[in-house]
Amino acid sequence: MTWTDGSASRTAAMMTRLHESRAVTGLRRFTRAETWVHRSLAWLMGVCVGTAACLYFPPLSEIVGRRRQVVTLHEWSGIALPVPVLLGLASRAFREDAGRLGRFFPHDRRWLGVALRARRREASLAGKFNAGQKLFAAFSVGAVLVMIGTGLIMWFPRLTPLFWRTGATFVHDWLALFMAAVITGHVWFASKDPEARRGLRTGYVPRWWIKEEHPLWRPESEAPRKTAAGRHRTAPDDDRARERG
Amino acid sequence: MDDSAPHPVRTPVPLPLREPREPGESHTSHDASGPGDAGPPHESGEAAGKEDRGSPVGRRVVLGMLGLGAAGVAVGGDIQDKLDSVLASVSAKDPTGVTGLLPGGGGFRFYSVSNSIPHRAESDYRLTIGGLVDKPVSYRLSDLRALPQVRMVRDVQCVTGWRVPHTAFSGVRLSTLLDAAGVQSKGAAIRFTCFDGVYTESLTMEQARRPDMLVALTMNDKPVTDAHGGPVRLYAAPMYFYKSAKWLSGITVTKDVQPGYWEHYGYDVDGWVGKSNGRHDDPTS
Repeated sequence: MTWTDGSASRTAAMMTRLHESRAVTGLRRFTRAETWVHRSLAWLMGVCVGTAACLYFPPLSEIVGRRRQVVTLHEWSGIALPVPVLLGLASRAFREDAGRLGRFFPHDRRWLGVALRARRREASLAGKFNAGQKLFAAFSVGAVLVMIGTGLIMWFPRLTPLFWRTGATFVHDWLALFMAAVITGHVWFASKDPEARRGLRTGYVPRWWIKEEHPLWRPESEAPRKTAAGRHRTAPDDDRARERG
Repeated sequence: MDDSAPHPVRTPVPLPLREPREPGESHTSHDASGPGDAGPPHESGEAAGKEDRGSPVGRRVVLGMLGLGAAGVAVGGDIQDKLDSVLASVSAKDPTGVTGLLPGGGGFRFYSVSNSIPHRAESDYRLTIGGLVDKPVSYRLSDLRALPQVRMVRDVQCVTGWRVPHTAFSGVRLSTLLDAAGVQSKGAAIRFTCFDGVYTESLTMEQARRPDMLVALTMNDKPVTDAHGGPVRLYAAPMYFYKSAKWLSGITVTKDVQPGYWEHYGYDVDGWVGKSNGRHDDPTS
């Protein structure tokens, strides 16, 4: 009797494990092109922020020294930041996700409303990306462009009048501090969500995670929409489909 | 469990529209519909007008930031000026020193082109004076202290923009050392070398003989620290601070000006504050 029970529960445990291992494979959230873009951006941004810290904070400057080499590294890692994104545009999946990130739906506004008022992330209002992730993406694009613009003004001081250079330094310095705060937030949220990290590492996320964190996302592999009728819908079909109901 | 997950989500979708969709939404919707979107959470214009493609918030954010960035470049100089004075007064009373780390926080920034902070002290520091002079000499720290000392309080202006007001330096006038060594008539310029092994600087003889050119032993009435270029640094008061070579170890009188370290990378050899490097800062001396 106990033996039978034990066997049953063991079988159940095995089943669970089987299910889990399938869940581990999960669903494709990102293609390899996308994980590559993210990783390249992370490295470039890491170098850029690291060198910036060495140029800016006296205690670090004193340890590192080598000012001219650090400046060169900072300049080139910064100017290279758009490259992975531009290369990524060759990938259809990347373009589609860029489209998803760029567009707000009514549920995104409600997500923001909850986040601002109740200080909490309402996962039930999230498609493939929640509104916070969408805003982060847009902020990152804008911030990198502004940093490159102001950075170039300082990089080639003779091309612009001093008046511009002071202004550019002002924008570059303060936006850098702001970016440091935002990037810290980005890393903090990532540190608390191993599944999201795994999604960017391997490309796959478990189904339960999608259900919990991004319930409005309808992965294409799930919806048999690879028909002629489905194909002419473009970018954020999941969000749109859900909005339409 | 995981297999069946999407199905119950998907099936009810076609019928009940957005409104009752999520169970969590019922309590969300009433507070979310408050100030943001007036009226029920259907929001009309959006879905009707744009065929539910959503609104291009990403593009708006990016364009907005570009606009703000451009505006910041236009007015940044003025704002930073005002911030500087505020931050300077705050950081003067800030025991933690955190405000000193903010842009324009009124502190020195540490710039070094070498690998590490070099260290020389009483026992191993030497300042050699050579080149086109009659009496090449080598000074120890105690020798330098024994010479007549001059103290000056001026602003320090860096070519990258930061300025530290009222900084005291004291030491021996460069002209005192030059006179003692006896500059030959061919000697028209000076090359400075540093014991970090990398940095170099230069002055014309006329510039070097100005009374506000010091071989500095103290900064703010304390011995110059290692990080600030101690134990002995140059202090070229009327010029941008890159001319004030740290860790000074050699003064060589030459025939012509030999551009210094940063001057190989585009900085002006004659680094007058406000009259060089395309800048118009107030003079410091």
